[in-house]
Amino acid sequence: MWELLYENLEQTVSVILFGIGLTILLLQRNLIRKIIGLNIMDTSVYLFLASMGYINGRKAPIVVDGIQDVEAYINPIPTGLVLTGIVVAVSFTAIMLALTIRLYRRYRTLDIDAIMLLAKGEDA
Amino acid sequence: MSKKRSDWESRPQARIKKWFFDGYSAFDDEIINQISVKTPDPVNHAVYDAYIDEISANKHERKLMIEKFEDQNVRSWINARGRKVFTRFYVILSFLLACLMIFFLLRTVAEMPRFGSETSPGINEVTARYIEKGLDETGAMNIVAGMILDYRAFDTLGESTVLFIAASAVLILLRIDRNKDGSPVMELIAEESDDRHYEPRNDRILQGAAKVLVPIIFLFGIYIILNGHLSPGGGFSGGAIISAGLILYLDSFGFEKAGRFFTYSTFSWVSFISLSFYALAKTYSFYMGANGMESGIPLGTPGAILSSGLILPLNIAVGMVVACTMYIFYALFRKGGL
Repeated sequence: MWELLYENLEQTVSVILFGIGLTILLLQRNLIRKIIGLNIMDTSVYLFLASMGYINGRKAPIVVDGIQDVEAYINPIPTGLVLTGIVVAVSFTAIMLALTIRLYRRYRTLDIDAIMLLAKGEDA
Repeated sequence: MSKKRSDWESRPQARIKKWFFDGYSAFDDEIINQISVKTPDPVNHAVYDAYIDEISANKHERKLMIEKFEDQNVRSWINARGRKVFTRFYVILSFLLACLMIFFLLRTVAEMPRFGSETSPGINEVTARYIEKGLDETGAMNIVAGMILDYRAFDTLGESTVLFIAASAVLILLRIDRNKDGSPVMELIAEESDDRHYEPRNDRILQGAAKVLVPIIFLFGIYIILNGHLSPGGGFSGGAIISAGLILYLDSFGFEKAGRFFTYSTFSWVSFISLSFYALAKTYSFYMGANGMESGIPLGTPGAILSSGLILPLNIAVGMVVACTMYIFYALFRKGGL
């Protein structure tokens, strides 16, 4: 039942990393740490995708000596998907960090609970 | 009727129910009502310091209040212990959730095709098509470059636009407007307005190293971009390398010297021209392809630098956008402007 876990070591590690990122996201109250958790989750997904595209004994999908055989190269599609993911992750990390800086300038704290409490106090 | 209702609401059972369903934040309102916190403008130093003092005083006051009610009734239990219990409950629950998630995902991994197997369902006719016809149809030796900049070029246009929009959003959030004499319109918070954080110290070792390294880094980035269709690399990685060179220059020589060649108008013009060139080029090829016409762009000999049709110019456009975006991210996060 669990024999393949060691064979699929990359995927196992990526799943565990995903869980670690999720736990950080849920439990940390510091906004910067939450962002780090989200980035760990991202990275685990890239690892998963990249490992799905690999085929034993085949080469990276760059045509060498004019060989255009399916048997010669690994799957190029996950590589393109990971590229998309990295770009989006960079963008949203930048926006989240900028928002965090604005929140810190306003409330002088990074604790999400304290910020919520102070924001409620402003409304009241 | 309304009186009865309010009586019911103030009963301990109802309070427990409210606490249970609304979570521990349900009682924040009451605490807030008792301690009315007013946040002044953070820009004003004196008022802000007083405000910080007031918050710390309020924290103490709140602690005292919680202790005062800690006698026998349910309310004090909710405020003092209930909050702690809820937090502990929340920690355990989220830990369990994560463990459960890992368990089910691991169960799935155990059922997945073996790592590196040739028969995994991800390797299907789409992969075969990209590998077998990729070189003939796009002219790119690098099949991934041919895929992301020819077959799926629309996706990459979206990515570049996402980067540009992210840079614009960060610009809106962090930019500090300045008067004509250079003083910021909004008064900066004390430690941020300290010049020593971002002005150069004329470090001779750093400057000497930068003088040697920056041209090499630029050359390497340009090589990566121009070889995107022949070897690993392309617009995104090459643009990131060029922006690394720009950031090294900025760090060693300061904003004043970097501002001679990179300003807001450089950023907006380069991004605008690159993105519109990308959009126009792909519009042309989509239009021609959809109407069954020859696009008239030669694919060239595979392996030559000037080959593979639109992929080389598109790589350059993407590289420009990425380099500008990364550099402006760094400048905004460091100083809030160029």
